[in-house]
Amino acid sequence: MSGDGVVVTPSSDPAAWPPRVPTAFLEVRDLRVTFRTDDGLVKAVDGLSFSLDRGATLGIVGESGSGKSVTSLSIMGLHKGQSVTMSGEIWLDSQELVSASPDQVRRLRGRKAAMIFQDPLSSMHPFYTVGAQIIEAYQAHHDVPAKVARRRAIDMLDRVGIPQARTRVDDYPHQFSGGMRQRAMIAMSLVNNPDLLIADEPTTALDVTVQAQILDLIRDLQEEFGSAVIIITHDLGVVAELANDILVMYAGRAVEHDTADKIFRQPEHPYTWGLLSSMPRMDRGVRDRLKPITGTPPSLINVPSGCPFHPRCPYVDRNGIPCRTVVPRVPTDGSPGVACHIPEKERRQLFDDEILPTL
Amino acid sequence: MVAYVLRRLVAAVVLLFVVTVVTFAIFFLVPRVAGATAEDLASRYVGKTAGPEQLKEMADKLGFDDPLYVQYGRFAKGLVAGADFSTGPTVEHCPAPCFGYSFITQNPVWPDLVDRLGVTMSLAAGAAIIWLVVGVSIGVLSALRKGSIFDRGAMGVALAGVSLPIFFTGLLALSIFAYNLGWFPPGGSYTPITENPAQWAYDLILPWTTLAFLYAAAYARLTRAGMLETMNEDFIRTARAKGLVERTVVVKHGLRYALTPIVTIFGLDLGLLLGGAILTESTFSLPGIGKYAVEAVTNNDLPKVLGVVMLGAFFIILANLIVDITYAVIDPRVRLS
Repeated sequence: MSGDGVVVTPSSDPAAWPPRVPTAFLEVRDLRVTFRTDDGLVKAVDGLSFSLDRGATLGIVGESGSGKSVTSLSIMGLHKGQSVTMSGEIWLDSQELVSASPDQVRRLRGRKAAMIFQDPLSSMHPFYTVGAQIIEAYQAHHDVPAKVARRRAIDMLDRVGIPQARTRVDDYPHQFSGGMRQRAMIAMSLVNNPDLLIADEPTTALDVTVQAQILDLIRDLQEEFGSAVIIITHDLGVVAELANDILVMYAGRAVEHDTADKIFRQPEHPYTWGLLSSMPRMDRGVRDRLKPITGTPPSLINVPSGCPFHPRCPYVDRNGIPCRTVVPRVPTDGSPGVACHIPEKERRQLFDDEILPTL
Repeated sequence: MVAYVLRRLVAAVVLLFVVTVVTFAIFFLVPRVAGATAEDLASRYVGKTAGPEQLKEMADKLGFDDPLYVQYGRFAKGLVAGADFSTGPTVEHCPAPCFGYSFITQNPVWPDLVDRLGVTMSLAAGAAIIWLVVGVSIGVLSALRKGSIFDRGAMGVALAGVSLPIFFTGLLALSIFAYNLGWFPPGGSYTPITENPAQWAYDLILPWTTLAFLYAAAYARLTRAGMLETMNEDFIRTARAKGLVERTVVVKHGLRYALTPIVTIFGLDLGLLLGGAILTESTFSLPGIGKYAVEAVTNNDLPKVLGVVMLGAFFIILANLIVDITYAVIDPRVRLS
């Protein structure tokens, strides 16, 4: 679906081809993204499915290298180069993107789906004014005179809370503070009223005080514009603020996918437990140490056999379950589920007895 | 912005002053420190047959025993206002900027330099346009098709280009296109552009291409490296995420950014060349500043050397000034700091 030379293969499941048009606004089915490198094939995303309705927010959570950003760039069609192979389906408003031509995807980019990036300073061109960059985004999809686009840019800056938008529109990005830059980025991404907004770690590079403001802004704007939002983060606190649904990713796969409420109240995957345990909390004593997940994220070239989390899982091979050999999967139709071999009853018991008291 | 330009301008003037001091020191102070007497210095201004008395007289006349600041003042006044030399009964005026009279031809240096500046400027300007267009285009295409046959071929040629000296490529070009094929004049011909622009360009095609080949190779490599780095920047991803067509992403967002260091180097290269493209002018027997410099040095013709050095320094300072100002125009971050 993306730039030159991206190899597109139809879904491996013959029943899914030709595909049925989905009802959800965004539906990702069995998405697989691999990068060819000198060291071998990197399976960045390995069979990911989820769906998202208009007006809803999905939080994708995981450590670095879990495939969160690769997923979002796939939806945007921003993978470039001959080393990328994508398969599966991405349906955005009844249009399939993996098999679409690069130019078709480009026309959707910025209009139907827009993106906010992590570091607003490096994500804006240092040589053009903030206004010029927003105007450019608007004119890429609207054939309007510069004056109209400029008025639109000022309106948007005003809308995201930039004071004196009429004059600040002619400032350069380096003249803005970090929080204002991210606001400007948001204005730029929303200038075309996109139906889907992807925010890739939108607050990671910002001061804590500014983080909450930006999250509030995203929520307000979502209500106003009715867009679907995907928030990508490693910070469970961020998704707790915003998301309806949460998808926890590990080694390019979904390990737990459910409503935010369920995931915070009764998470079932040991990896999700680990993420929750390593989150600092205000109501915990200063002397209590955080419990990080032991070990490091796995190599995506040689993904561990069976459950990819098994080398770091404290419950591996519990009661003879085949963690090392059989791959657990969440449902492939994108419905909620947990990719864990521990029986559901036992998982809940474990969480209630061992994890919950320590959180 | 205005303050920035003014600061640069003042800095350039100060630098120019420093250059005159250093040049003066090299030509008149260093020999004295090394043990040369006033008569030794004067001996360069009179014939070989001059006796001790004539030398003494000349040294007095040129003031080589005066205090240093007086000597420098006289030197600086010559540059700014010209100088008067009494040659027995008459007084000869050497107009500003006065570098003195050639030992060999007895002509004042400055008008000779002005005469030759046209050649050097024609050579440098024409070659600069060629190498900028060719070098940057090849660099961009190579970066966009990194690893392709085009990229490897172009970078191979570029490596040869930066490695081969002008007197090799120049002589090769002369041998093939002038002597064997007879398409171009075999060097030594120059027609001022004011006389016949077509003939001017025709005469200069071989020197231009030879000189441009060297620089285009370097610029292609620079542009390629800069573009490769720039196209991985976050703001390029943002530009793509807006849904811009790829050409806009590459040219407006990528190339604009990657060109900044090229502009700097281009200014300095051009400034250096205006001070005389010695190898090219010698290879193609073009009567420019570079060839003048070679004559001056081989003949130990001090006033001519002085003139060439000062002119070269002037062009480099001017180029630096223009680069600094251009930089502020290109990159808004420079204006504020």
